[in-house]
Amino acid sequence: MRMQSSPRILGAALVTAVVIVFLSIKLDTFRDYQIAEIAVEVTAVAGLTVLTGLSGQISLGNGAFMAIGAYTTGLLLLHLSWPFIAVLVIAGLVTAAAGAVVGVAAARLRGPYLAGATLLLGVALPSVADAYQGTFGGDQGLNVVFTTPTFLGSTFPLTRWQAWVCSAVALVTLVLLANLGRSRVGRSWRAVRDDEVAAALAGVNVARSRVLAFVVSAACAGLAGALLAIITELVAPGAFTLTLSISLLTAAVIGGLGTLSGAVWGSLVIVLVPTYATDVATSHGLSTAVASNIPVAAYGVILILVMLLFPQGIAGAVRWFLGLFGLSSAPTWRRAPAPDAARPAALLAEPPETREKEGTQ
Amino acid sequence: MKRSDRMNRSRRLRLPAIAVAAAAALTVAACSSSSSPSSSASSSSSAGASSAASAGSSASSSSGAALTASAPGITPTTILIGSHQPLTGPAAPGYSEIAPASAAYFDYVNAHGGVYGRTIDYKYLDDAYNPTQTATVVRQLVLQDNVYAIFDGLGTPTHLAVESFLNAQKVPDVFVASGCDCWNEPTTDPETTGWQLDYIREGKILGQYVAKHFAGKKIAYFYQDDEFGMDGVKGLDDEIPKSAVVSRQSYVDTNVNVAPQVAALRASGAQVVVSFSIPAFTALLKLTSLKLGFSPTLVVSNVGSDAITLSGLLESFAKQGGATVNGNALTNGIITDGYLPTLGDTSNSWIALFKKIHDQYDPKAPFDGNVEYGEAVAYTFVQAMLKAGRNPTRADLLTAINGGLPQGPAVAPYAFSATDHAGVTGAYIGIINNGVLKQEGPVLTTDTSATGAITTVTGTQSPAPASGIPAP
Repeated sequence: MRMQSSPRILGAALVTAVVIVFLSIKLDTFRDYQIAEIAVEVTAVAGLTVLTGLSGQISLGNGAFMAIGAYTTGLLLLHLSWPFIAVLVIAGLVTAAAGAVVGVAAARLRGPYLAGATLLLGVALPSVADAYQGTFGGDQGLNVVFTTPTFLGSTFPLTRWQAWVCSAVALVTLVLLANLGRSRVGRSWRAVRDDEVAAALAGVNVARSRVLAFVVSAACAGLAGALLAIITELVAPGAFTLTLSISLLTAAVIGGLGTLSGAVWGSLVIVLVPTYATDVATSHGLSTAVASNIPVAAYGVILILVMLLFPQGIAGAVRWFLGLFGLSSAPTWRRAPAPDAARPAALLAEPPETREKEGTQ
Repeated sequence: MKRSDRMNRSRRLRLPAIAVAAAAALTVAACSSSSSPSSSASSSSSAGASSAASAGSSASSSSGAALTASAPGITPTTILIGSHQPLTGPAAPGYSEIAPASAAYFDYVNAHGGVYGRTIDYKYLDDAYNPTQTATVVRQLVLQDNVYAIFDGLGTPTHLAVESFLNAQKVPDVFVASGCDCWNEPTTDPETTGWQLDYIREGKILGQYVAKHFAGKKIAYFYQDDEFGMDGVKGLDDEIPKSAVVSRQSYVDTNVNVAPQVAALRASGAQVVVSFSIPAFTALLKLTSLKLGFSPTLVVSNVGSDAITLSGLLESFAKQGGATVNGNALTNGIITDGYLPTLGDTSNSWIALFKKIHDQYDPKAPFDGNVEYGEAVAYTFVQAMLKAGRNPTRADLLTAINGGLPQGPAVAPYAFSATDHAGVTGAYIGIINNGVLKQEGPVLTTDTSATGAITTVTGTQSPAPASGIPAP
């Protein structure tokens, strides 16, 4: 299997950044907003796909982590008026700390019990905003003020600036996660995912590895929450329902669990399908009750089709198509990103059990 | 061997993930189709609007300058306006009827000459009562579809998500479908205006009635724990002596178990319960009280007391709990207020007009308070558009509203002025009797201040214009 080197990842990120800047200037301001929305979704889904796909833990609570990031952002911007970059860092750190706490509990739970525990988080946390109205503004939430920097001039569209900021954060997150996945940490996650006992015997600290995955995943969700706060210009509990947590997981699964490219594909589907489906539905003069349910139905149909035809998600499908033309050496069934089979130095740090497994790829 | 081993493990992990996602998709679908049966299949405004376009332009025989594309969303033949509405999701029952009813009124206007010959194309998108989706759909309407104005955007938390955006973009944001006092901030948010009776005025009017008619009785509050409920309580407290209030219980709309609150109300010995609640929670309050053998006099805010919606909810909730109740019997005696003519008053020219338009353009929806609301607010929009002139800019619409609008279907005048963006200023007290609201006493009006007097509106309401369309 070809492996991606760090310069390749950086190069891909730079090319993507150039393409996004080009698109954001060419497209209208609403498309810019959608680019920002996709970037927010990518940031959150990438964190979740690493947690679920690489470390093998399910979380139905990442929407709640997004809420933590968003409220941190809202409160800091409202009361301290810090520069956004500082707010973003703090939002990531606060959420990472919350992720560590949840991760410690999660490390003791498996499968449905873990799903249940994180589900609890996803359901309960947004209600905290209702319980402490003075601080969090209750159901109405907090208004967030985010403007374009003065050096861009007064005519620069806000949505384009939002698209740039969100895409930059998403790309940096993807680069960091890609490198992390290829590092010793990523390998120990996969080792734990595949066989905890073997991983423990080989010297991997299973509990620490699982908690760390939660921390990383939560930090990504926190960044996504901060970005969501500045694009919707509001932080309110209604945005962080259980549906959000589930849609993140859905995006990860549709895209291809455990792959960063899958996180991007899944985010594109989640953000764009409802808009296009609504456009199609309303432009055909269907009755309101039918038209308003078409996006939901389209979402369900796409989910079922992808799972039936491409159990590896859209990323798997793309690899399969590329494989048809000999463009990819990866068979369709293989889970990506592939481990570093070709780096002997890296393998030395790994237990034989893991090495042998990964050697098969 | 290693490979199959790995495959097994990844399957083991993947299956629950797929199962969860699939279950989620079904849940979402189930939730969104749980809207009341009455909301099914109503007419689409855009289809009606385009078919009526030719009829409209031919009727523009009145004198004046040629029609031009004077503002975004306005062409020589059409006016495109947008809105965000809860067509699916938990707020859909009842409220999803409002936008189709508005569209029905616009279809009627379009078929009878339009606004200076232009037809109104009303594009309302579903936000599922989720502020994040509101942010998206409103940006789509403004940035992509270039609507002239946002009209009747529904909900307090949802509309707050877009208020500053719309004001920054200088898009008229008229007649928000919420009684929050927060739409009345003409200095900070000059593009935004309310329409319906705000909850503070409503609280004062209900509070005065309670203080007068139930003097010496033990009174308790049940209210939604947000701006809606708290504004209402603020108005109630202005009129009801604090010493008479024996219990104050709030609920959040995400938790349907109100038994603890009802138990506390019962334990307080309250004889009158004043409820600022949405319809679903009015029904839950009533059913839970029945279960606990607690039967106080109920006083309910306008938005939570539509007799037809309430009766349907009571019957369906009771059915879910394995019981059968008569919805109309349970709503009997509920005291509420109304700022539009009562539906039962069929001799009222406004009710006759709205019923006629409903029967022709939106016949599948029940003719209830939501439909009346949708048509009435659409009528007000046409009033404002006609006043804004033949070739209005966006600013002209707000100028027209700031200059005041003549009283239309509402029983009390509007507050609209350059310094006041609140809408209807008064209401009458009504009692539900056999599924129909009966007006009790005169129309009352007041302001939002704690000391402002409550006075009787003198004079009779002007009848609806014979054409059904406001005079320019």
